[in-house]
Amino acid sequence: MAATEKQPVTGAGPFNGLLTWVDQRFPLVSLWRDHLAEYYAPKNFNFWYYFGSLALLVLVIQIVTGIFLTMHYKPDAAQAFASVEYIMRDVPGGWLIRYMHSTGSSAFFIVVYLHMFRGLMYGSHRKPRELIWIIGMLIYLSLMAEAFFGYLLPWGQLSYWAAQVIVNLFEAIPVIGPDLALWIRGDYVVSDATLNRFFAFHVIAIPLALLGLVAAHIMALHEVGSLNPDGVEIKKTKDPKTGHPVDGIPFHPYYTVKDTLGVVVFLIGFSVIMFFMPEFGGYFLEYNNFIPADPLKTPSHIAPVWYFTPYYSILRATTGDFMWVLAAALIGYSALLMWTVRSAVARIAVAAVGIVLLAGFFTIEPKVWGVMLMGAAALIFFGLPWLDQSPVKSIRYKGWLVKGALALFVVAFLILGYLGTLPVTEGRTLMAQIFTLVYFAFFLLMPWYTRMDKTRPEPSRVTWQGAH
Amino acid sequence: MTRARKLLAALLAAPALALAAEEVKLDRAPIDERDLISLQRGAQVFMNYCLNCHSASYMRYNRLAELGLTEQQIRDNLIFPDAKVGDLMRTAMAAKDANEWFGVLPPDLTVIARSRSSQDGSGADWLYTYLRGFYRDPARPTGWNNTVFGDVGMPHVLWQLQGEQVLKTEVQSIPRGSKGEVEKYEVQKLVLEKPGSMSAAEYDRLVADLVNFLVYMGEPSRKFRVGLGIYVLMFLGVMFVFAYLLKKEYWKDVH
Repeated sequence: MAATEKQPVTGAGPFNGLLTWVDQRFPLVSLWRDHLAEYYAPKNFNFWYYFGSLALLVLVIQIVTGIFLTMHYKPDAAQAFASVEYIMRDVPGGWLIRYMHSTGSSAFFIVVYLHMFRGLMYGSHRKPRELIWIIGMLIYLSLMAEAFFGYLLPWGQLSYWAAQVIVNLFEAIPVIGPDLALWIRGDYVVSDATLNRFFAFHVIAIPLALLGLVAAHIMALHEVGSLNPDGVEIKKTKDPKTGHPVDGIPFHPYYTVKDTLGVVVFLIGFSVIMFFMPEFGGYFLEYNNFIPADPLKTPSHIAPVWYFTPYYSILRATTGDFMWVLAAALIGYSALLMWTVRSAVARIAVAAVGIVLLAGFFTIEPKVWGVMLMGAAALIFFGLPWLDQSPVKSIRYKGWLVKGALALFVVAFLILGYLGTLPVTEGRTLMAQIFTLVYFAFFLLMPWYTRMDKTRPEPSRVTWQGAH
Repeated sequence: MTRARKLLAALLAAPALALAAEEVKLDRAPIDERDLISLQRGAQVFMNYCLNCHSASYMRYNRLAELGLTEQQIRDNLIFPDAKVGDLMRTAMAAKDANEWFGVLPPDLTVIARSRSSQDGSGADWLYTYLRGFYRDPARPTGWNNTVFGDVGMPHVLWQLQGEQVLKTEVQSIPRGSKGEVEKYEVQKLVLEKPGSMSAAEYDRLVADLVNFLVYMGEPSRKFRVGLGIYVLMFLGVMFVFAYLLKKEYWKDVH
């Protein structure tokens, strides 16, 4: 057996014997080396590179606090709301666990959004890291599902009505919609049956998927290696003697100590919110959710939690009038595609898809297209590795065209998010429509503007001024 | 709601701000969560006036020990004779009766101060304005209406203390421009018509104490939370120094 050929573990003092015993039966030393002690990461990581490890931290916080909440929470429409208040009052330390979990859910999205933005800026989605990006997007979608299912559990008014609104969106799907919505709810309205199944999804199904995806995300990352703010591959320049990248440093201890610093700073921010403003002005814990769910009383204003609001804005922006704008945009985009592609087959395909969509725009009701656009807004991130045609990866070497597009996209995302928390007015709908167009233009026009962009040549090595 | 808007319109001089007038203007509740005397008095008012119809069914009586009361005091002064000191604060009124009498089930008040928060003000501000905003309205079945909660189902429970207010409409003129033009506003004001057993200041104090208690009850662990938060931040501050020095020490080797 290969196990007997392994070298004994050294350097662990009294534990050498035990670790050798384990290592001969389990890839202990090789895992440690491959992922920590000899995983070479670029030395020029900046501020934006903290959010990966922070996302992992928040995942752990959510799982651990979630376990303790599950011990006291009752997934029962008649008891759920009271059981949350029981946790807040009668369970020792229960308020702390609950606030950690509620603050953690918002923190998760903040950290993940910043992590994704980092990817966008420095080209983390580019070849050969497409799969890392795709797995990351699956994590993001799972996280949205996890948050959506979890949000019903406190069984407050907003929990209830947000779930009602979102499940009803599935009714818009042609043919199968109403049956699908019924199947998801398990009832004709959101009810005890819905609460029970959402609980099952929230505490076991989605977390399992999340853990698997996170493991796959890290495995894929460690296979190809981390990118860095310069967007250059450190593996291209290796030390001939050691065979390690010249600009790489072992993840442990260098990035473990650096990320520890990041964790402390993050925990300071996290604690400020959790201890002094757990509701965060009604954004993290909505005021309406302190009213028990009442299926007979619809709140005057229903908005999802802040991390869903950009998509919610896109849904609401899709009005009857907006279909004309979409139709014009579709025609323009098809023409652009026709002009760009060479083969006749591709041109016919573009024309066919364009005509089918155009016919659909005016035969199927706008609500359905709103749901489709909302879905497309989340799914379009998957296409990023192929939409981005820039010759360089990092924003540092890109021109004003791409920089401007990214800045505009961030503004659109934030404004859509803000509008999604507010009730609709005519002016706000118009704003949401404009920024919906900006949102999609960022992705759909990317193949063109990234090619037209004036880039500067990438350096051969990372830029680094030494330790500060 | 419309009355509250009109009330606010009175406060705004410029018609350009008419849009802002759509929002409800709430009085600031003068409360202090550290004031135990105020909290105790609020608890007493709550038990005597509110708990007959409203429950506070996530809160236990013996938790009031945090307000400086002994279990004996709680038992003797605050709870129903047949209740145990560890019981939840439930109401004696049957839901069926409540629906018949008021047309609506009086809401549980345990977390009312948290649920009444909005962009317009804290839950405390809303409650403070609400409890001082009842006025006589013969059109209502109970004979009472409210400035911040239009057509409220609840009658003015504290009317013997506050007295009876009415909503008076007057027209005010505000000069605008240089040519002596005036703009006219319809202003609605609460006027105390029949004084109660308390002066206006005494009544406001009573309501503030009650609201103080409601805020406390919404999150009894709040004071401890904030206190603990300060220690946690101090600990993290120390951690930060060590984490920073550790990082610096290791990264000295990176060239």
